[in-house]
Amino acid sequence: MSSSVLEVRRGAYRDSVSLMQVSRAVSAVDGVGQALVAMATELNLDLLEGLGFERPSAAGPNDMLVAVHAEDDDALRRGLARLEEALNAPAAAGGDIASGTPPRTVRTAAAASDATLALVSVPGPNAFAEAVDALDSGLHVMVFSDNVPLAEEIRLKDLGAERGLLVMGPDCGTAVVGGVGLGFANTVRPGPVGIVAASGTGSQEFMCLLHAAGSGISHCLGVGGRDLSEAVGGRSTRQALAVLDADPATELIVVVSKPPAPAVAAEIARYAATLSTPVQLALLGAGRDDLTAAAAKALAALGVEHGGWPSWRPAQAHPARPGALRGLFCGGTLCDEAMVIASATLGPIASNIPLEPAWALPPGLRAPGHLMIDFGDDTLTAGRPHPMIDPGLRLARLADELADPETGVVLLDVVIGPGAHDDPATGIADVLRAAGPDRPHVVVSLCGTDEDAQGLDAQARTLTAAGAEVYLSNAEAARRAVSLVGGSGPEPRTEPRTEPRTEDGTDHGIENGTEHGTEHGAEHVIEHGTADRDDRAAGTEGTHA
Amino acid sequence: MTDHRGVPLLTARPSVVTVGADLFTRSLADQAVSVTPVDWRPPMPGTADHLARVLADPRRDEANRRAVGRVLASTPHLVDVRPASEALGLEPGQFRHAGPPIDWARASGPMRGALIGAMLFEGLADTPEEAEAHLAAGRADLDPCHHHRAVGPMAGVVSPSMWMFELEDTTHGTRAWCSLNEGLGKVLRYGAYGPEVVDRLRWMSAVLGPLLRDAVRAHGPVDIRAIIAQMLQMGDEGHNRNRAGTLMFLREILPELVAAQAPSSDVADAVRFVAGNDHFFLNLDMPACKLAMDAGRDEPGSTLVVAMARNGTDFGIQVSGTGDRWYTGPAQVPDGLYLGAYGPDDANPDIGDSAITETAGIGGFAMAAAPAIVKFVGGEVADALDATRRMYEITLAENPAYQVPVLDFRGTPTGIDVAKVVRTGILPQINTGIAGKVAGTGQVGAGLVTPPASCFTEAVAALAEAAPPV
Repeated sequence: MSSSVLEVRRGAYRDSVSLMQVSRAVSAVDGVGQALVAMATELNLDLLEGLGFERPSAAGPNDMLVAVHAEDDDALRRGLARLEEALNAPAAAGGDIASGTPPRTVRTAAAASDATLALVSVPGPNAFAEAVDALDSGLHVMVFSDNVPLAEEIRLKDLGAERGLLVMGPDCGTAVVGGVGLGFANTVRPGPVGIVAASGTGSQEFMCLLHAAGSGISHCLGVGGRDLSEAVGGRSTRQALAVLDADPATELIVVVSKPPAPAVAAEIARYAATLSTPVQLALLGAGRDDLTAAAAKALAALGVEHGGWPSWRPAQAHPARPGALRGLFCGGTLCDEAMVIASATLGPIASNIPLEPAWALPPGLRAPGHLMIDFGDDTLTAGRPHPMIDPGLRLARLADELADPETGVVLLDVVIGPGAHDDPATGIADVLRAAGPDRPHVVVSLCGTDEDAQGLDAQARTLTAAGAEVYLSNAEAARRAVSLVGGSGPEPRTEPRTEPRTEDGTDHGIENGTEHGTEHGAEHVIEHGTADRDDRAAGTEGTHA
Repeated sequence: MTDHRGVPLLTARPSVVTVGADLFTRSLADQAVSVTPVDWRPPMPGTADHLARVLADPRRDEANRRAVGRVLASTPHLVDVRPASEALGLEPGQFRHAGPPIDWARASGPMRGALIGAMLFEGLADTPEEAEAHLAAGRADLDPCHHHRAVGPMAGVVSPSMWMFELEDTTHGTRAWCSLNEGLGKVLRYGAYGPEVVDRLRWMSAVLGPLLRDAVRAHGPVDIRAIIAQMLQMGDEGHNRNRAGTLMFLREILPELVAAQAPSSDVADAVRFVAGNDHFFLNLDMPACKLAMDAGRDEPGSTLVVAMARNGTDFGIQVSGTGDRWYTGPAQVPDGLYLGAYGPDDANPDIGDSAITETAGIGGFAMAAAPAIVKFVGGEVADALDATRRMYEITLAENPAYQVPVLDFRGTPTGIDVAKVVRTGILPQINTGIAGKVAGTGQVGAGLVTPPASCFTEAVAALAEAAPPV
């Protein structure tokens, strides 16, 4: 049963060439005999009659004719559907002829690409606009920027949730999605652990430790430092947990955060219990596991054995001297963890991110005694790049601390990986050398992997060559620094034992390593030259220096 | 506008838009990730908080979608030609003018010249001096065209005896009006008021107006949107070039013009006048644009610009989300090409309601469609393409009815978003004629102009105030 339609669309002008293409597209539909889509000019009205249609009474050159013959109603429907498709096909957004204008907003960039994700790192007061654009364009968004008002964060996360899009941040330093490092990240082998991180450097430390132990991650989704606060209520954490729970590559989810507000912690724990993937909460703070211990637990849960964490010593041991511990950090969580460890032994640590309000540093960030500064804190990055990108501010302070007769030990973090400075170690090494032989002891917590472009080992060697001690584990570095300033606390748990490995190597397993101090297996000893157990005379042999 | 792409985050390797630190762009490129970097610049100074509040307004996205949806749905038709006394109900002594409100004391040369000419034309004064005295004494009733659903190019002065095109938006059932175009050179809208100006106006009222009225009534509604769509494919942009549009309009009504029982010499004069005035169609596409933008008005939370207009002293804009309020700043002197011996020193600041064309996405926004006049934008076709492409950054939609062939038939950038303007610092590009600054001079050139940034920053501040807290 053949079927036909004739329609006159008033005032719907298209140029004749486009309409010839549309006609061809409709004619090509299976079951469509003939199709004429054209403006109602005299010529086209004649053609219409030629196709056996009656000439419409009132149709002029500004009106569009749609005339289709098809073998049945179904074919006609298909033909008309194809017609709408062809008429409404958007023009390529490029118009690539001599295109010389790069996109000026996330919206236009999204329209011109196949993007799935936006990474926003404009100044905090401007971040909201770009992030909203991303969500409006259907993109997930990572907001690296800090100094974003709390209300804007909540609004963004609500908007994201409404649209099924994840908002990582604001103040999200790190994410790894599908093996791609966003912001400051590390090149970590694929593995079973999915990380949800309210802490950028905390998650970097965590994934680097997993990597060093031979494991790896599926994804690391940042949520921003404030996500688990009472006000934000874990909005992104819940979403990230759900996304990872649905991810077949993720066998264990680890939430890395400072302790959340109690109500939020309870809510997240409740939510986590509903998931099919086990969730480990690695909540950092006094009296809790440090990141190194948490990593060991995760490895244990996965049944991964490892033999302790690498460290590197200088060829020439630097003489210890009494004095204050001065910690200069890029990573807020690394700073926080070091303070928790140090204050357990040394008492108050003054800081711009103090553990106790009474320990706050005055505005000039100078004080006698032990202190630790997070150079990545909001107040120090307003209007200035992050210290992982631009080390200048911290290097200047490093020179000051090395010249200060009060300083006993300087503790530093060095973070490498995608996003970070190409060679942070060299700048530090230069300052160490310039400080002369009588400078204080320097201990470095090096966060990275052997797959990072800067080269974990190369960075470590540059630092040891300038006389610094280097540890992959931040907790170990902190304990070492505490012991060097003569802290009366336990010996740092960094040193390898002299006991021989058991044949099957089980004493390098998770339980021992985390509960009783990490052990360096023979391979690590050789590889990283940390065979000497006496820390004060360390590094006389076997180093790479 | 929202495009809920909603791609699952973890199933595919990401493709990333980056905005901010170059370092992260490089880092992604080093990881062999597809990256589209944004060429980001800070927003206009002092606007970050207002912007955040406006962008967080939960009404915004939907309000803009509705407002611009109505703009795109507008279907303007020329339905009648009538004197302003009938069409606008204008009484003797009442005048309409271009731009935001202004009084005689602050009026520029061309605005004063046009008002003087209109007084003479209406017989309210015998000499320019007398007209000026009346006007200076406040004995004329001045009000913007925009307040009466009308638009006027340049000075935009309308008096009761002038004839008006009457357009109807058949989708929304609304009407808008614009005077008949007088041609170029010494004309009232550019502030000239000599005898030849007034004589021409008299002929237009006595002969041209009635002929057009009869022709349009005999023809029935003339689809103006269809002509605009075609003129953009024939080298016009609808503001500084209207040649194809004018000829298509003439083609449309010519049979009815001829068929009317008017003296053939009058018909010949009328046809000669229309065909010889490349801007005749401007006064038809302007009210078409006015209808489209009026359809977008009064949507709470919307950041859509619904009018840009200049009175020769102030540049003003109106925004859908804040009703009839004008945000004004000092009108700028256009940057352009000058006729004969005239130069920039002779130019009056920007004037006219014709920026309604850019407001609706043609004119300067469709510059890429008009390679013949690229001299206005730097001389090369690439400049014209870039000019249009830049406008996509500050607009809410692309008009499927108005397409630019050289951009692969992409729809013109339509619906200026004050928030986008403030964010990017990209100001709307307006093509315009340039009036002499001394009353009575007439046109001295044509060129390009942008609004003062303060119109947009003030509008965003007002929208922020009207928005709920973030």
